[in-house]
Amino acid sequence: MSRNLFDMVWDMHKVATLSTGQDQLFIGLHLVHEVTSPQAFAMLAERGLKVLYPGRTFATVDHIVPTDDRSRPFSDPLAEEMLGAIERNVRAHGIEFFGLDSGNQGIVHIIGPELGLTQPGMTIACGDSHTATHGAFGSIAFGIGTSQVRDVLATQTMALDRPKVRLVRLDGKLGTGVTAKDLILRIMAELGVDGGLGYAYEYGGAAIAALSMEERMTVCNMSVEGGARAGYINPDDTTVEYLRGLPYAPSGEGFEKAAAFWKSLASGPGSSYDDEVGIDASSIEPMVTWGINPGQGIGISGRLPRLEDLEGAERDLAAKAYEHMKFTPGDPVKGRKVDVAFIGSCTNGRISDLRAAAAVAKGRKVARGVRALVVPGSKRVAAQARAEGLDLIFLEAGFEFREAGCSMCLAMNPDKLLGDEVSASSSNRNFIGRQGSPTGRTLLMSPAMVAAAAVSGEVVDVRDFV
Amino acid sequence: MTITPIRSLAAGRGIPIRENDIDTDRIIPARYMKGITFEGLGEFAFHDARFDEAGNPKAHPFDDPRFKGGSILVVNRNFGCGSSREHAPQALEKFGIRAIVGESFAEIFAGNCTVMGLPAVSASGPDVAALQDLIEAKPETEIRVDLEAMRVGAGNLDFGISMKDSYRNALVSGTWDSTAALLSNLDAIRAVASALPYIGGFA
Repeated sequence: MSRNLFDMVWDMHKVATLSTGQDQLFIGLHLVHEVTSPQAFAMLAERGLKVLYPGRTFATVDHIVPTDDRSRPFSDPLAEEMLGAIERNVRAHGIEFFGLDSGNQGIVHIIGPELGLTQPGMTIACGDSHTATHGAFGSIAFGIGTSQVRDVLATQTMALDRPKVRLVRLDGKLGTGVTAKDLILRIMAELGVDGGLGYAYEYGGAAIAALSMEERMTVCNMSVEGGARAGYINPDDTTVEYLRGLPYAPSGEGFEKAAAFWKSLASGPGSSYDDEVGIDASSIEPMVTWGINPGQGIGISGRLPRLEDLEGAERDLAAKAYEHMKFTPGDPVKGRKVDVAFIGSCTNGRISDLRAAAAVAKGRKVARGVRALVVPGSKRVAAQARAEGLDLIFLEAGFEFREAGCSMCLAMNPDKLLGDEVSASSSNRNFIGRQGSPTGRTLLMSPAMVAAAAVSGEVVDVRDFV
Repeated sequence: MTITPIRSLAAGRGIPIRENDIDTDRIIPARYMKGITFEGLGEFAFHDARFDEAGNPKAHPFDDPRFKGGSILVVNRNFGCGSSREHAPQALEKFGIRAIVGESFAEIFAGNCTVMGLPAVSASGPDVAALQDLIEAKPETEIRVDLEAMRVGAGNLDFGISMKDSYRNALVSGTWDSTAALLSNLDAIRAVASALPYIGGFA
């Protein structure tokens, strides 16, 4: 039995065993944003500490930034204060900052990969749970809280317990119109939102190997929705070719050395795991969530579950979900009316997501009464979309095309649901209140499914459009 | 440098919240995270579950007069799932919570609790339900969460609890603030860094 990638990368970064029994792990890349960092910088200042490896730390702004009028000062004084704080902190500590006036600003989990900062074999930390995204490269990436952000700033290390590793194998082939988002929503539905507690997920199998890097990021991004703090995919030729030529990736001879190193980290056929599960990818349909956690999802041809068919805790949660969603058990999921369509987020705000949505939107019109928003995940994604004319396709169809940020995924900015609006959303969480209105309702689905819902005014099967 | 207190015992009245998968957006809605400190978060803990959109109170255990002054939160499965926001345990602590007893916790949440010195301990489903029943029947009961004995005692109830050994060690030895311990290994940090191929740019 050989070591899997997770164990190899962990061992390579282990600094010490601490008195608590935890391992001290060196963090190769620390990404910082405006929401979870100001208290950490304040704690450093209180203790008279500096950032130990400013060159391995990069910052941007994404959560609170408006996606329309970005003139300073922001109309929201609290948002302005937070932006001012990160600008002061990065300057004081010599941290490279992709601010609003940089061409590289965007959602932290979009820009790390697209700039080549995220590389296989790294340990990566960020004060954001969707840091799991970076695992798509065969790095091990953890979302952390603010006190741990302090630790990583001050020591470039953090204290962690080594998790177990579960191989989640996706055999077979995804059908036409079925995407990485549907694949991860199906994994959530099967393994549950707490199924991954104590585990890191290695995603493998033929259906994973066939995914592009952007699709792999969508899968790893939502590991945390399944309870797994980290998820990763072994580096292969797809990974290496994605990284070639990116601004912060190694270049020239260094790149070839790096590529050989990256591929050497992949878990071999003889690697051992603490657990293993298999799912047949060909059985996956476009998925839609109907409830209040991302595990409450079903295939588009399905019906909303009847309470009498559920048991115990699952039944209680479904009852709570129906109370909030105002849906009727037993109804088909197809045909649920939508008020808002949101395409964006660290889950599905990359160029391939916008292309997929534009292919559906092209030549069609957003249904009367639907508010439809396309929010590119980064300035680079926005620029690429404009270069390809996708912005015009969206505008022509009646979507708004915004500036880069987290937007309506978590609504810490002006983009919010109103009242009990139903949102078809390409984001990652359908928690009560998540999209900014305590009574708002979120249906998670792929970006193409969101576009199809936008032009139909209700949940439809995108396979009828392609 | 202040002396780190040891967190091996928490005692107080209880507050039961019965539901699985309570997420951090529920514990502290994102709009209340707009600030550069954790001050003042306590009043917004569970805000949207406690107040309607007009600001009128809804029925919630945090505002139930029977549980007023409670400091031991008793919850069910996968509590604190969702975002990594430390604002969630910070809001609970600032509300007055000193320990959380639950069936299970999301990992980032449990880690965040520990590094703040807030014990989050697990117990079996039946034990948690019995404790929630007891609090509702006799809210004045004192609950003792003992990390030395790894037991919870309340009225006639006495049951075993669990948590990661490392979290327990950190709380009972007062080493839950890890920065100083991490920094004391500075030479080893530098040695590990210099051996990583990507640190030198694969030169």
